[in-house]
Amino acid sequence: MQMYGEHSFPGKLFIVEGIDGSGKSTQLSLLQQWLKREGYMVFFSEWNSSPLVKETTSRGKKKRMLTPSTFSLIHATDLADRIERHIIPPLKAGAIVLADRYVCTAFARDVVRGVSPSWVRDLYRFAIKPAISFYFRVPLDISLKRILGARAGLKYYEAGLDVRLSEDIEESFKIFQGMIRDRYEEMVDEFGLTVIDATRSIEAQQDEVRAIVERQLFDVPKRPSYDEDMEED
Amino acid sequence: MEKQSDKHKFEFYGEGLPEVDPGELHGRLIVIEGTDGVGRSTQVSMLKPWLESNGHAVLDTGMTRSALAGKGIKQAKEGHTLGPIALTLFYATDFADRLENQMIPALRAGFIVLTDRYIYSLIARAIVRGADPDWIKSVYGLALKPDAIFYLRAEVADLIPRVLRQPAGFDYWESGMDIHMGEDRFDSFVRYQTRMIGVFDSMVQQYGFSVIDASHSIDWIFTNLQRRVGRLLREPH
Repeated sequence: MQMYGEHSFPGKLFIVEGIDGSGKSTQLSLLQQWLKREGYMVFFSEWNSSPLVKETTSRGKKKRMLTPSTFSLIHATDLADRIERHIIPPLKAGAIVLADRYVCTAFARDVVRGVSPSWVRDLYRFAIKPAISFYFRVPLDISLKRILGARAGLKYYEAGLDVRLSEDIEESFKIFQGMIRDRYEEMVDEFGLTVIDATRSIEAQQDEVRAIVERQLFDVPKRPSYDEDMEED
Repeated sequence: MEKQSDKHKFEFYGEGLPEVDPGELHGRLIVIEGTDGVGRSTQVSMLKPWLESNGHAVLDTGMTRSALAGKGIKQAKEGHTLGPIALTLFYATDFADRLENQMIPALRAGFIVLTDRYIYSLIARAIVRGADPDWIKSVYGLALKPDAIFYLRAEVADLIPRVLRQPAGFDYWESGMDIHMGEDRFDSFVRYQTRMIGVFDSMVQQYGFSVIDASHSIDWIFTNLQRRVGRLLREPH
């Protein structure tokens, strides 16, 4: 069992972070299109956990069985699974791996739920360090307008109802998102997040993201790299 | 909150759990630890009725028995579908769920909590699989320090005849087959269990285990445990 941390794989990991409605997923998928067109091997790590972990997480959420600690641990299990299955192997193959949300999501969310900041940081020490972590910074009123306008209904944990900030689900979501945003802001320096002003046009943001990523690509291969000896096995 | 005059106080190993005040816990937390096949569950199943017949309310628990994650872990082990870090954390999820939803409520109500394995087995299994010891210990900083940890210690040579008495023989996980420790299950079992015993032995001092020689008969071990548990319960509470 390796604690990955700094890695020396031929591929590179880029991740996006930010509160709901910051537009990070849109930017990541545009980045993916561009990298593919440039001829890179790109692996988009969607948050599709193994059915086992997913089943446990969904049951815990549906039945509202999760406490701050178990919420934190089951999501750490999930990310570990995702890293072991969907991030490490493509990085070894020399691919560019793109991930929507990563450790900072957990640090922000879990700490708002009352989990100790140092405990949760230790918990995620297994996580591989990304080449760049983009943080899409957006004022709360803009992100809330995007989210609340677009979606049918907020869910219990998503709205942070378990934190008992407000009885009203929408009000709870607003306060919860605001608290998560504060935690993100604190982490900008701590984790060297690359801040993107998410109030600008989609095109302007994407230009900036591509320019930053491009500077990291000088040593990324376009063909798989592996040890020739492994072929015999 | 100064209502009781208990000298007995629970503490966490690390930062503990949010929203749990260990000062509110009045029961006793008794751990039976040891490697696979040393007879832990047999002893727990004997201790429970004995304690109950002496008027104590007992909650017994053990690994993968959480409502949240128990089923998922069992399936993961059958299908061998999770990586080592994910499985380690899945166990931690199961432990935390049982701690918060079974053990702590029982301790709050003054029960004796009797647990078949605790964090030590989980820490040992992670360390043998190459986890950074500081990391896994920090994860389990949410655990309560028990009142007593009885470590049933046996040599690999004592375990083998017990394994052979089971129809299934050498189990995949008990033989550490997931980390390829040997050519076949027997070789792997010997190496894996030797490493596990080594890690357990190194924890004796650190965590204050009471060591019980598990090469003896079931009755001998039970009498020994009764004496030690009896002594513990007579201590000022």
